[in-house]
Amino acid sequence: MKINLDHVVKTFNTFRAVHDVSLSVESGELVALLGPSGSGKTTLLRMVAGLEFPDAGQIRFGEQDATQIPVRERGVGFVFQHYALFPHLSVADNIAFGMRTARAARRSKAEIDARVEELLRLVQLSSLGNRFPAQISGGQRQRVALARALAVDPKVLLLDEPFGALDANVRRDLRRWLREIHAELGITTLFVTHDQEEALDLADRVVILQQGRIVQQGTPRAVTRQPNSAFVMRFLGDTHQLSATAKGGQVTLGDLSLDATGLADGPVDVFVRPADLEWAGQGSGDQPGPGLPATVTRVIDRPGARRLAVSFEGHGLELDVAPEVEVAAGDRGRLRILRSRIFPA
Amino acid sequence: MRQRVLPGLPLSLGLTLLYAALIIALPILALVFKAASLGPAAYWQIVSSERALASYRVTVACALAATAFNLVFGLALAWVLVRYRFPGRRLLDAVVDLPFALPTAVAGIALTTLFAPGGWFGHVLDPLGIRVAYTPLGIIIAMAFTSLPFIVRTVQPVLEELDPALEEAGLSLGASDREVFTRVVLPLLAPAVLAGLSLSFARSLGEFGAIIFIAGNQPMSTEITALLVFIRLEEYEYQAAAAIASVLLITAFVMLAVTNLIQRRALRYLQKD
Repeated sequence: MKINLDHVVKTFNTFRAVHDVSLSVESGELVALLGPSGSGKTTLLRMVAGLEFPDAGQIRFGEQDATQIPVRERGVGFVFQHYALFPHLSVADNIAFGMRTARAARRSKAEIDARVEELLRLVQLSSLGNRFPAQISGGQRQRVALARALAVDPKVLLLDEPFGALDANVRRDLRRWLREIHAELGITTLFVTHDQEEALDLADRVVILQQGRIVQQGTPRAVTRQPNSAFVMRFLGDTHQLSATAKGGQVTLGDLSLDATGLADGPVDVFVRPADLEWAGQGSGDQPGPGLPATVTRVIDRPGARRLAVSFEGHGLELDVAPEVEVAAGDRGRLRILRSRIFPA
Repeated sequence: MRQRVLPGLPLSLGLTLLYAALIIALPILALVFKAASLGPAAYWQIVSSERALASYRVTVACALAATAFNLVFGLALAWVLVRYRFPGRRLLDAVVDLPFALPTAVAGIALTTLFAPGGWFGHVLDPLGIRVAYTPLGIIIAMAFTSLPFIVRTVQPVLEELDPALEEAGLSLGASDREVFTRVVLPLLAPAVLAGLSLSFARSLGEFGAIIFIAGNQPMSTEITALLVFIRLEEYEYQAAAAIASVLLITAFVMLAVTNLIQRRALRYLQKD
C-alpha cells in the first residue's frame, strides 16, 4: 500500500509539531523517520496511524483519502514504543485480540488458534503462548507486539522507536530479524527512530526531520555521502567542525586548499568525520606533504584501531589509525583531509 | 540473619504488633468472649430472632444496593477526575473526601433535612410518590454517601497509572470504544474496583450515625443491625448486643477474606514466573 502525505500540518496548543510535510512511501518500502526528540517524527507516524489528525493537509493510502479515517478502520498495524501489551492477557490472547473484535472477520476458535500459532512461529516464540507479558523479556515483548500488530493483516506497519528500550545486543539482533520479516511479508513499513545507526542499518530510505520539517531524504548511501546541511552532517554521526573562510570557490585550512565550488565568499564551516582524516607522523618516512599541523594529545586503544585525539589550532579532533602505528601523546604530525563537507557558517 | 540496609525493623515490627493487638485485636476478642459467654443455644436464639433476621436483611440488602450505586457513580467520578481537565476539578477532587471528614451524624441530619417530606428534595419527590426519608431508600442513600470515597480513591490511582497506549493499542487492533473499555480498561481496573467494593460494602454494613436519622428505625422494616446492637446495649443486654455484633463482624471478615482471595487470583498475571 502506497502512502502519500500532502502538506501535512499539526499544531499542539501553540507548538507546531509538524510543518507542511509532504512525503510518499512506495508500496513495500521500509522507511525510517529519523530525527532528534521534538522533531515531529512520532507525531507524523501517529497521524499516518490515525491516532492524531492533521490540522491541514491530506494523507492518502493508495488512492483513498485516509485523512479523517479513525485508527480502527485504517488497517494499520502499530507497534508502540513500550509495546503496550495487555498485561492481563497471555501472549497468545494478546496476539488474538485483534481477531476477536466485533469488526474482525468472523473466525472460528480453531482458525484463530491456528493463526496465533503461525504468528508465534513467525516471531520465534512458539513455546511462550501461555506466558503473561510480565513473564517474558523486553526483546520477546517487542516480538509479541509485532505479532499482535500483524495479526490484523495490516496494509501498513508502523513502529514507534521499536528498539528504543532494549540493550545494544538485543537491538542488533532484532533489527536484522525485522529486516527479514519485512523481506518475507513485504508490508509497507514506516518506523520512527532517533538512532541514526538503526535508521541506516534497517531502512531502504531515510527521512530526516528537524523541527517538524523534512530536511533531507534518500537512501542510506545518499544521506550519508551527500548530507545537505550542517544539521544532517552532525546528526548522522561523529563529526568535527572547523571554521574557515571561503574565497573564490576555495577554502584554505592550514596549507590545504579545499574545493568549495558554488559557495559564496564568507565564513564557512568545514565538517570532517574521523574516518575522513589521515595521520602522517613526522619521521614516519611519509612525504610530509600538505596538511594541518597537529599535536597528539591522547591515544585510545580500541579493538580494531587506535584512536588519536589531536589538536589543531585549538580545535580538538579525533581520527583512527591502524593498530600497528607507533604514536604517543605529544607527537607532532600532519592531518590530511580525505573528504570534507563545507557549509556556510 | 541477613544484613538489612534499613535499620529499625525489630522496633517498627514490635510497635505495629503492639498497636494491632491493643487497638484492633483486643476489642474484637472482648466482643467474641462476651458473645461466647452466652452458650450456643442462647447465642443462636438471639442471633436468629425474627427481629435480628429482619435487621440483617435490611442491612445487607441496603449495603448491596448502596455498593452497586457506588460502583457506577464512583467509577464515573474517578474516570472524570483522572481523564478530564475542567475548571473546578481540584475542588471536586477534594469534595470526594468530605464524607470521610464529616461526622456521620451530621451527614445523617443533613440528608434527613433534604429528603424529609418538606425538605428541598423531599417536596419534589413526595408528590411523585417517592418516599426517601424513613424508608430503606433513605438507608441506601445514607450508606452510599458515607462509603463513596472508597471506590473513587481505590480506582483513581490505578486509572492514573493506566498507560493510554493500551487503549490506543486496542483501537489500532480494530476494537470499538466499548470493546476497549470492557476488554482492556475494566479488567485492569478490576482488582482496584473489587478492593473498593469490599471496603464500601464493609463500611455500609457497619454504618450507624448517618443512617439512624434518616431510617425511621421501625423494627422489622427499617431497623439496621448496628442500631439493634445499640438498643440492646441501652437495655443493658450486653451479651445479646455482643452476639448480634459478632454476626456483623463475621460477615465483614468473611467478605474481606473472600475478596482478598479473588483479588490475588485476578492479579496473578503480574507474577514473575
